[in-house]
Amino acid sequence: MTDQPTPLERLIQGVLPENPVFRQLLGLCPTLAVTAGLKPALTMGGAVAFVLLSANIIVSLIRNLLKPHLRIVVFTLTIATFVTITDRFLAAYMYTMSKTLGPYIPLIIVNCIIICRCEVCASRQSVFTAAADAVGQAAGFTLALAGIAFVRELLGTGMILEFKVLPSFWPSWVVMILPPGAFLTFGLLMGLINWFVAYRSRNRKPGGNT
Amino acid sequence: MDYALDIFMIAVSGMLINNFVFYYFVGICPFIGVSRRVDMALGMGGAVTFVMSIAAFMAWAITTFLLVPGAPITRWVGSLFMPAAAAARIDLTILTYIVYIFVIAGSVQFVEMYVRKFNPRLYRSFGVFLPLITTNCAILFACLTIMSHIVGVENPSEIWGLGKSLTLAVFGGGGFTIAIVIMAGIREELDLCDIPVPFRGAPITLIVAGILALAFMGFAGVDAGLRQAISGG
Repeated sequence: MTDQPTPLERLIQGVLPENPVFRQLLGLCPTLAVTAGLKPALTMGGAVAFVLLSANIIVSLIRNLLKPHLRIVVFTLTIATFVTITDRFLAAYMYTMSKTLGPYIPLIIVNCIIICRCEVCASRQSVFTAAADAVGQAAGFTLALAGIAFVRELLGTGMILEFKVLPSFWPSWVVMILPPGAFLTFGLLMGLINWFVAYRSRNRKPGGNT
Repeated sequence: MDYALDIFMIAVSGMLINNFVFYYFVGICPFIGVSRRVDMALGMGGAVTFVMSIAAFMAWAITTFLLVPGAPITRWVGSLFMPAAAAARIDLTILTYIVYIFVIAGSVQFVEMYVRKFNPRLYRSFGVFLPLITTNCAILFACLTIMSHIVGVENPSEIWGLGKSLTLAVFGGGGFTIAIVIMAGIREELDLCDIPVPFRGAPITLIVAGILALAFMGFAGVDAGLRQAISGG
């Protein structure tokens, strides 16, 4: 029909085929920094989802007023406003979590995922499409964070969401919750996903066009 | 003496112990993206250090003189139309994020114009990296670190002055440069290696970065011992 994907397709595409972290390599700092435990990772995912959804909706509503040379400034200002709201909200209602996440909440402002989605999708599409796109990308981002955090927390402490799951003879690999573990887990997971994608497309080729 | 020691400790810890890339994970995007060749990595590191110093200076000045409660300029402007006691309580710290991102975007723009006009050779060597720096989290992170040492600090003697702020920026940028140049050196060699196909590109870079981060973990705890050795010996 047209080459523009429908809102539903955009939503699904964000989750796996165009996962912002593993496939597009966007927003890497929070991916590495807050994934020592599953709980901060999920909070971070929620924060990014809120900012991304709000920013996409606002940018989409004002897309006809945007001047091309000022658009990045407008995007950044919108994002910074919503990040300030998120930061104040976390400090008010989840104080310990806001201390744990520390400077990484304000660093959402320079998270490339949000600017990229504003630029690629929200500034050209209707509100509904932009919102669906934001939900899909945010879900993909949260999923990637949760995946890395799951591996790191499980191997590093033997716990999931602070419940002990591995037997007590498990020698907690402390290095996994320290900085090197973040790089190693992320690199290995990305390699695994690349291999999986290549494997699937290789198997699909003889079968036809699905 | 105490002040000099503090400066020295901030420098060592910013550059090696709490390296921006390997400890705080900021500036990962250029670290993965621009670390293919050593000369490009050096250009990127130089540009980041340069912009970081300017942004840190601006962030320090704006926070100290405008944003913190009781900041001189805000108090003076406020006292024009409200009682002095109320003017001393004006707290603009909620604006920090918005102000910082504008300071960074503005200083990148300014540096680009200045370098293009007055130093074309320098512009050719790192001009292409300058627009990328606006969205480099390392710069915003340096500004936020400086802010956290000014806003909400109870003891006035612990508030960071210009010297400490600039030290953090210059040596933090130096740490970033070290990290990205080491990485570029390794990646030049990696091109000759037989890496499994799914791991080519970003995944192997991340794994190498993990091993480098392990090496940098060796610096952990050096600061306490160093401080003791200098002040005690």
